Amino acid sequence: MKDYFFLAFNNLKRRKLRSWLTMLGIFIGIAAVVALISLGQGLQDYITEQFEMMGANKLIVMPGRGMGMMTADKLTSKDLNVIEKTKGVDMATAVVYSVSLIKFKDEVKSIFVIGLPTDKTADIFKEMGGFEAEKGRDLKEGERDKVVIGYLLAKDNGFFEKAVSLRDKLVIKEKEFRVVGIMKQIGNPGDDSQVYIPIDTAKEILDKKDEIDAVYVQTKDGFVPEQVAENLEKQLRKSRNEKEGEETFNIQTFEKLLETFQKVFSVVQGVLVGIAAISLLVGGVGIMNTMYTAVLERTKEIGTMKAVGAKNSDILLIFLFESGLLGLIGGLIGIVIGVGLGKGAEYIARMALGVSLFRASFPLWLIFGALVFSFVIGSASGILPAIQAAKLKPVDALRYE
Amino acid sequence: MAETQEIIKLENAHKDYRMGESVIHAVESIDLNIKKGDFIAIVGPSGSGKSTIMNLVGALDLASKGDIFLDGQNIENLSESELAQIRGRKVGFIFQTFNLIPTLTALENVMLPMMFQDIGREERRERAEKLLKDVGLEKRTNHLPAELSGGERQRVAIARALVNNPEVILADEPTGNLDTKTGRQVLEILKNLNKQGKTVIMVTHDLEMAREAKHIIRLRDGKIEK
Repeated sequence: MKDYFFLAFNNLKRRKLRSWLTMLGIFIGIAAVVALISLGQGLQDYITEQFEMMGANKLIVMPGRGMGMMTADKLTSKDLNVIEKTKGVDMATAVVYSVSLIKFKDEVKSIFVIGLPTDKTADIFKEMGGFEAEKGRDLKEGERDKVVIGYLLAKDNGFFEKAVSLRDKLVIKEKEFRVVGIMKQIGNPGDDSQVYIPIDTAKEILDKKDEIDAVYVQTKDGFVPEQVAENLEKQLRKSRNEKEGEETFNIQTFEKLLETFQKVFSVVQGVLVGIAAISLLVGGVGIMNTMYTAVLERTKEIGTMKAVGAKNSDILLIFLFESGLLGLIGGLIGIVIGVGLGKGAEYIARMALGVSLFRASFPLWLIFGALVFSFVIGSASGILPAIQAAKLKPVDALRYE
Repeated sequence: MAETQEIIKLENAHKDYRMGESVIHAVESIDLNIKKGDFIAIVGPSGSGKSTIMNLVGALDLASKGDIFLDGQNIENLSESELAQIRGRKVGFIFQTFNLIPTLTALENVMLPMMFQDIGREERRERAEKLLKDVGLEKRTNHLPAELSGGERQRVAIARALVNNPEVILADEPTGNLDTKTGRQVLEILKNLNKQGKTVIMVTHDLEMAREAKHIIRLRDGKIEK
């Protein structure tokens, strides 16, 4: 075995340029696959981590048949009452939200306004992270004209031209609010340019009356969120007089959310990796071509080796090792480049967004798998040429010039 | 034990080649007995079937008709890999064009035939080094064929032919690509090998070279001239 490896390596060294060109096809493909998978994996890890941080014991009840905010269906405080009384529910809290005009100094823009509860049920949000003031304080119970602003509003040119500071005045829908807190950075520009006001005030100025846009539920310890979700569905259906399958509300568990996300994500990633894999196929054809040329070039050598005792299987293995080695070395270089690309993208993302959104991840299976895969591609591409070499008749091969 | 004396035996051997529609009879009705320790020169004009006989004797090719015995074994019914084993163990080939592997050094070229037998790495190196020393190339072991002269290359090829300690040395025009002086040196090596007990069969069209052999077989139109 070691000898075949030696012979194969020797032959690759002999035609350096051709070997490099052949490997180019493989390492571009492997680099693309490794980079894409590592970034995808990194993103997935990040999002899973975020979901887990928010807590698996939370549910969200929203109006409408599926995901999405635009719907004519509504939830009301009656529904909130039903939810609070359902078995397995520890705490439930309502939020309202809407896009509204906001004025700061002389600048008027539209903004996403979220009405948050101010009682102790607001803790649900705090546990989920994100909804917490970094500077100043959170909204207090009973307050009506106070506002907590998103991270970007407190920056010059972040949302308004001028940065908003604590105790500044903002006008939302002609009502004056005083800034009492600034949120910590969440990481994406949309979430970081929202404002939070007490829910009661929000209902008034946003014309919501009895409507609720979402109910956040915390399940009791010892209850499975999926089971609680089922209970809630049953109770809400009863109180809203709806048949199974025709509900005008939906319940998201984080687990379900994560599952949905992962499904979509793996399809996207699959398509991308599939495209990259096409270049690997082309690389494989390149190897095959190179090996056919090599068999022709070395016909006389093959004859000589057979004359000095090489069996057909020996010749087959020598050529298979050679093409496998082309794949393997190509793969090795591809992995190095792929890791570089992944790390580079991670770095650029961090520079551009200012937060480390994700970390390119290189699990062992990826590295190992890429290596094995490239070796298999190389060997598989070499099978036909190697068989051709092995089947050469010694007399014919020796006579070949 | 008369039989063991016979190292190669051809019985009514024929070899035909198809060239499109027509069939060419390269050799016909060859009967040949070669005894152990003999030194035979096969001579004849080109196209007389010299190389075909070499190929048959060296188990590189099988006869179309008739039997070929190598060391008492009929090779007609052997598989390709069994033939390869026989070539590797019993026959040492020396070619007109040397046929060294250009990517391997002199030493590696000599070690190559042992790679296809079950011989340990240490022993391979020792044997190859000793044989290269015997042909006077101990200082050129790490050179590639391209860095060696024609005579040196043929001496590497001889070392390679000897490395599995074969009974028979088959030399196909071994001096054809060499000048007279180096040609003579190579011939001397072959004569020495014969003195040490090897059976040597040499194909040549050089009658002067052929006269150095113990027996001469003349071929014409695929048949042995009596």
